[in-house]
Amino acid sequence: MGGVVELERVGPLQGYKLRIVQEVLLALLAKEASHGYQLQARLALALGPLGGALNAGHVYVTLGRLEKAGLVCARRVGQADRPDRKVYELTAAGRERVHEWLADTSWPKPAPAEFHLKLVAAAAAGLADPVRLIDEQRGELLRGLREAQRAALAEPAGSVAGLLLEGVVLRLQADLRWLEECARYWNATKG
Amino acid sequence: MSAQALCKEYGKGAGLVRAVHGVTLEVELGESVAVVGPSGCGKSTLLYLLGGLERPTSGSVRLRDSSLERLPEAQLARLRRRDLGFVFQAFHLVDELTAVENVELPALLAGASPHAARVRARELLERVGLADRASHLPSGLSGGQQQRVAIARALANEPLVVFADEPTGNLDSAATTEVLRLFEELHANGQTLVVVTHDERIAATADRLISMRDGAFVDETKLTGGSSRRLSAMTGLEV
Repeated sequence: MGGVVELERVGPLQGYKLRIVQEVLLALLAKEASHGYQLQARLALALGPLGGALNAGHVYVTLGRLEKAGLVCARRVGQADRPDRKVYELTAAGRERVHEWLADTSWPKPAPAEFHLKLVAAAAAGLADPVRLIDEQRGELLRGLREAQRAALAEPAGSVAGLLLEGVVLRLQADLRWLEECARYWNATKG
Repeated sequence: MSAQALCKEYGKGAGLVRAVHGVTLEVELGESVAVVGPSGCGKSTLLYLLGGLERPTSGSVRLRDSSLERLPEAQLARLRRRDLGFVFQAFHLVDELTAVENVELPALLAGASPHAARVRARELLERVGLADRASHLPSGLSGGQQQRVAIARALANEPLVVFADEPTGNLDSAATTEVLRLFEELHANGQTLVVVTHDERIAATADRLISMRDGAFVDETKLTGGSSRRLSAMTGLEV
């Protein structure tokens, strides 16, 4: 064995999800102190059918991290018939982080550069037919669109989670249109 | 329904156009199939061949026990009226008839009694959410509403297959959503659907997607079997 280097896959996706939970929890605490269960419930409401991806454990683990980093502080509050619960509050440093986050205009996954480069590399090396790769990618995106659309249609009018699903639908539509442009280009190069 | 080695050619000699070129297809009962491809790829011509609106140069289309290309014109017209429903991009409603009169027309042509046709038409308008617009003329309806009337009309004779040619091509985003909702509902109720479209949202309602280029099928993708996990991953929320 040996000689195999494991590529570290802590890519942008993982960084993003970690960040979103941290920053969102901080922002949710900006108005008033709250406990983990309540924060989880507010996230679940905002995410609707997409909320399944964020479990309660993740919220508690993140709150623990934020506490260690000095961005929140926790105090125990006694409850009748039940174990104490922890109520979290923003620290001054936490409040500052929230303001930075609100002012940050970076946009997740802005450009389809990775897929573009995959096509270029596959064609250059004769590894795979780019048109084939595009067809497969289109199928995957359409399956995602099908799911997102069904979830969006199932949301009641005026639902805040419906707004998020609408965003997913529009983004997938844009990606699918770009794939059509890719198909046109790579078909033409085949001659 | 199925199609075997379907070809449709127009013109002759140097002007010969092969609009559809050797298409073989099977559509299961209750299945929803979308055909996509760039304009001019032959997808609308294919729909007209499958729906018996045009006759193929060669090849065959079978619907249950009939070979469409062998039927004499009168019989083919009867089969179209009774067993097939059509939805077009430009709605094709009769301008002089009200919504309910448009919807009942196919049933009347198929020999239903005026009373039965009217009852059925009202039910269908209710189903597409337009019960309160029954006595409006098409000119008094929005594009989305006109298309919903056209969908109700396509269902008048409980067709085996509904064919739709760019059903959202003339609609804005909100009206597209209304039509999407109806297509999802039809599909859930087991209606067999064949849709030709370049609208990704309509294509994504299908069980199966067929890509056409230059008159032939170039790719086929099953769209069933999605999961909320995939959805979360696409939102960037995967944990």
